[in-house]
Amino acid sequence: MDITKNIDMKVERQDIKTLSECKVVMMGITKRFPGVLANDHVNLYVKRGEIHAIVGENGAGKTTLMKQLYGLIKPDSGTIYIDGKQIAINSPSDAISNGIGMVHQHFMLVPPLTVAENIVLGMEPVKGIIFDLNKAREDVEKLSKKYALHVDPDVKIEDISVGMQQRVEILKTLYRGADLLILDEPTAVLTPQETEELFEVMKNLKEQGKTIIFITHKLNEVMAITDYVTVMRLGKVTGRVKTKDTNPNELARMMVGRDVLLRVNKRPPHFGKKIFEIKNLWVKDNRRLDAVRGISLEIHEGEILGIAGVAGNGQSELVEAITGLRRVELGKIIFDGMDITNWSPKQIRRAGIAHVTEDRLKYGLIVKYPISYNFILSRYDERPFSNNGFLDLNAINTKADELIREFDVRTPSRDVLVGALSGGNQQKVIVAREFHFTPKFAVIAQPTRGLDIGAIEFIHNKILEMRDKGIGMLLVSMELEEIFSLSDRIAVMYEGEIMGIVKPEETTVETVGLMMAGTRLDGGHRANDS
Amino acid sequence: MGDIEQMIRDIKKKIFKTAVEFFKRDTFVIPLASIILSLFIAALVILSIGKNPLVAYTALIRGSFGNVQAFITTMIKLTPLILTGLSVAFGFRAGLFNIGAEGQLTMGALAAALFGVYIVGVPAIVAIPIAILGGIAAGGAWGAIAGYLKAETGAHEVISTIMLNYVASLLANFMVNGPFQAVGTGIPKSPEITDAAKLPIMISVQASSLSIGIIISLIAAIIVYIVLQRTTVGYEIKAVGFNPYAAEYGGISIAKNVVLAMFVSGALAGLAGAVEVLGLHHRFLGTLSAGKGFDGISIALIGQNNPIGVVFAALLIAALRTGSNQMQFAGIPKHIIIIVQGLVIFFIATERLVKTMILWKERKEEVLQE
Amino acid sequence: MNWLIAIVNIFMNPFFYKSMLNKATPLIFASLGGVYSETTGVVNIALEGIMLAGAFASVVFTYITGNPWIGILMAVYIGAAMGALHALACVTYRGNQIVSGTALILLSQGATGFLLQRIFGQPGSSDLVKTLPTWKIEAFRRIPFVGLIIGDLSPLVYIAFICVICSHFLIFKTKLGLRMRAVGENPESADTLGIDVYNVRYFGVIMSGILASLGGAFLSVGQLGQFTENMSNGRGFIALAAMIFGNWKPFGALGASLLFGMAESFSYQLQTQSILKLPPEIKYLFLMIPFVLTLVVVAGFVGKTRPPASDGIPYEKE
Repeated sequence: MDITKNIDMKVERQDIKTLSECKVVMMGITKRFPGVLANDHVNLYVKRGEIHAIVGENGAGKTTLMKQLYGLIKPDSGTIYIDGKQIAINSPSDAISNGIGMVHQHFMLVPPLTVAENIVLGMEPVKGIIFDLNKAREDVEKLSKKYALHVDPDVKIEDISVGMQQRVEILKTLYRGADLLILDEPTAVLTPQETEELFEVMKNLKEQGKTIIFITHKLNEVMAITDYVTVMRLGKVTGRVKTKDTNPNELARMMVGRDVLLRVNKRPPHFGKKIFEIKNLWVKDNRRLDAVRGISLEIHEGEILGIAGVAGNGQSELVEAITGLRRVELGKIIFDGMDITNWSPKQIRRAGIAHVTEDRLKYGLIVKYPISYNFILSRYDERPFSNNGFLDLNAINTKADELIREFDVRTPSRDVLVGALSGGNQQKVIVAREFHFTPKFAVIAQPTRGLDIGAIEFIHNKILEMRDKGIGMLLVSMELEEIFSLSDRIAVMYEGEIMGIVKPEETTVETVGLMMAGTRLDGGHRANDS
Repeated sequence: MGDIEQMIRDIKKKIFKTAVEFFKRDTFVIPLASIILSLFIAALVILSIGKNPLVAYTALIRGSFGNVQAFITTMIKLTPLILTGLSVAFGFRAGLFNIGAEGQLTMGALAAALFGVYIVGVPAIVAIPIAILGGIAAGGAWGAIAGYLKAETGAHEVISTIMLNYVASLLANFMVNGPFQAVGTGIPKSPEITDAAKLPIMISVQASSLSIGIIISLIAAIIVYIVLQRTTVGYEIKAVGFNPYAAEYGGISIAKNVVLAMFVSGALAGLAGAVEVLGLHHRFLGTLSAGKGFDGISIALIGQNNPIGVVFAALLIAALRTGSNQMQFAGIPKHIIIIVQGLVIFFIATERLVKTMILWKERKEEVLQE
Repeated sequence: MNWLIAIVNIFMNPFFYKSMLNKATPLIFASLGGVYSETTGVVNIALEGIMLAGAFASVVFTYITGNPWIGILMAVYIGAAMGALHALACVTYRGNQIVSGTALILLSQGATGFLLQRIFGQPGSSDLVKTLPTWKIEAFRRIPFVGLIIGDLSPLVYIAFICVICSHFLIFKTKLGLRMRAVGENPESADTLGIDVYNVRYFGVIMSGILASLGGAFLSVGQLGQFTENMSNGRGFIALAAMIFGNWKPFGALGASLLFGMAESFSYQLQTQSILKLPPEIKYLFLMIPFVLTLVVVAGFVGKTRPPASDGIPYEKE
């Protein structure tokens, strides 16, 4: 049946003659959240059997659109057609029964359950009233063979790698008979090599007739794997184009609405004396396993040392150990000639180390405190902000107004609760607090996660400004591009060890990628892997 | 001098502004709506046993404010309730649920009584502060145990404070049935404290005497307010309560503040116990706490953990408690008051339910406009 | 020396162990209830209040019908209703679970006190009612020593043990159990797979209400044959500690409840040891034993056991 009769809108894709060629059509989708129009009359056409990219900046509305397709949220208006039939999707169950599967950006897995239990959850095989674990295991093995997605059904999710967890997520959708897969930013957590493997899987699935929607903001990936691209910006579709007819620059323009500076302007470095040093550092994670395994580093004044690596290879524990939030088991941290190992966070801050945390909302801010109170989080008990134990609101407010101006925090007033600000402005509050009180050294983790390009540029420039003032910095980021454009040297972490230290201008993304996957710079492989 | 006038003017303006905002805020609307809903449901219950709710509520009001003696009785009940309400509220501000005010009050009362009985030969100006400080220290220490267990081992304060309540109650019973029993009585009560340790009486009608304890309670409310709003201690405590991770990141010690908050919380309840002994009973009794600590939970929740709100919430509960005796005479079991209290807390817990009910009309109008 | 003799005396006495089982039974029911609720991610401190309501309901309906089994059946209904009320507040309206629990405890104290006066015409305690007859199991009674312990117990004691076994089976071997665990660990994940998180949580909380209520019924019609005001007397909270100590698992909760039961039984037996020549008020110190033990256990084992990851956190559907 040709559904064009049902839709009084013209097809906005030149390569489609009839809408019945489409696996999915979303028409006029509008979704409003308090204060934001997340999707504004979005039309999406996905052809059967293609890999379809949806690109856009953070906050463009890509994930919101997909959550509506998957029934996690309901559109305020608009219609959805699957295989030419208009359907109502009110819950994930509806989506599943219509052959839709989604792999979420944050994995939706239950850590203490096994791989097989996770895959069959919600559609469990039963024998009488007993959950049939053997059948589940067999089904998973069969499926795993059919799609060449290798997993061990009996291990617990909490014990397997991120790459394996992602395979479990894909198997979850296939177990439910999905022939349309939505992959939301699937490469964000992978090494370049793991990304290649994922692409192989995607090609394989496409050959078996599956349709894939691939959400990303990495344009090289779009060029590498997809057939067609829909570009979104601020809740609207701003472009539709065949992948082979476009290029990254054009896509970037459609995403941002202007030409994009792909590189920041970095001045030549002026290194001073050695300001910070780590010697043979060992740190344990929350499960009491070694997370940082004998790392040694040194950083000079005016130098940015970037730490590259896939999330979960000990970077967070390293940062927490340096800033006093986690115990050092063995080794030394030396700052400005002092041994600061296992000092309290307060002592470390007093000594002159700033810390931009990777988790804004969990660590960086007290969302129920006003902006002014957040600015003084580490200085509330110092003059001029307090006096004999009493807060000096005048001094606090004056400083707040000054910082709001200097760091361009967009807010109606300093008394607004920080929780009410946008992510970009929240990050500016943190950066303002950490940089304003002129530290001698700064630990900066994931400074631009989830921000739009304007905010990213602003924060990158602030970081470089600090460097040029002679402040040494340790920069941890999962974004290789950020590491390459800001760092003076790059150290790559894998399973708690440094695989090698390179200069960005003397290396390639491929080399760093190999190190992120556990190959040492000198060619050897990590000892306990063999 | 001009500075002070300016300050007073500023404060007046601030109070007015705050008041206007306050009446529009959830912190005011939700408790008020919850109280009204609860009284309405209780009225249905009273109807169901064939009594007239209007008669019941009239008796309630007459019993609590109907004459000078009723009013004084309400004020006497109010005195410890302000303090236990502050105790629980202070804990809440640090993110701690102190269900232990009951036991902390008992320990404070016991300590104050011990000082009051055994410190002899000193004038009131010495005896009263010592006995009060003894009560504060004992209650604070009892609270700090739970704080220490939480900070050191992660033991949840809800369970540990409840266990400490039972231990305190049993310890008190042991004392007044054994070593601290008034000689020759055989009744579970301690000897009377010396006259020097008794709080001065402000007003006395028949058998009811109101001591300066009520002033002490109100001053405590003001001090707690200032500490929370204007000091670095308050900044730290609230930071830990809102987001312990961020507090620690900013250099604030979680462990220190958890112990401190539980100490202060316990100290306020201990003060309540001390004031009960020194100002009212003049001796320690095994049944002295009688649920005043648990009432502190309701009071803190109704007062939305704001010291000023706590004073008013305490007044509400004190009035209900005093007036309920009159209701009992009218043939309505006074447990109806506990039901009302439970309902209010339930509605505060289901804030969203109450909001939905309040907003229902507005929303309907909005929909019609669209 | 006298102390040693007294303690040996206690441990040689079969009635010490029988009393342990009787003291443990309400805790087994209630802590098992806690396991159900918290496995699905809802903290239920209302156990204390639900026990009280169960104790009261069973007495009232035994009083009316003369049949303690009907009393117990009604306790089940009341427990389910109170569980549903807690779920309404915490699951549907995503309220603070501890605040809601506190409210239910107050409501239960108020309502039982109110109705006690209305029905029996006096505050404090109810009339005496028929207790559940004990089950005399001949096969057990023939075993020496052990027979004196387990040969003649209230049926609810045996039922408590059966409930533990069934619950273990339900939580770890069935589809529903798998879903309960998934919802308690990661409700979002369950939601994306089409599992109704709210339904599963309602089930867990209602089950906890039923079990806690049975624990309360055991206190009244199971043993005393009477309701007295606030007769749950903190057992709901001790049960929560037993659940934590038992690592949120049915058999763990059983073991911990038996330990607490033993402590309580021990504190009573100690008072009866005339060899110690103790003054009467010392009983108050002995009665502290279970509470102090709970404190020690909670302080010593938190962190070594692990609650479900989403325990206590309301789940908000988008």
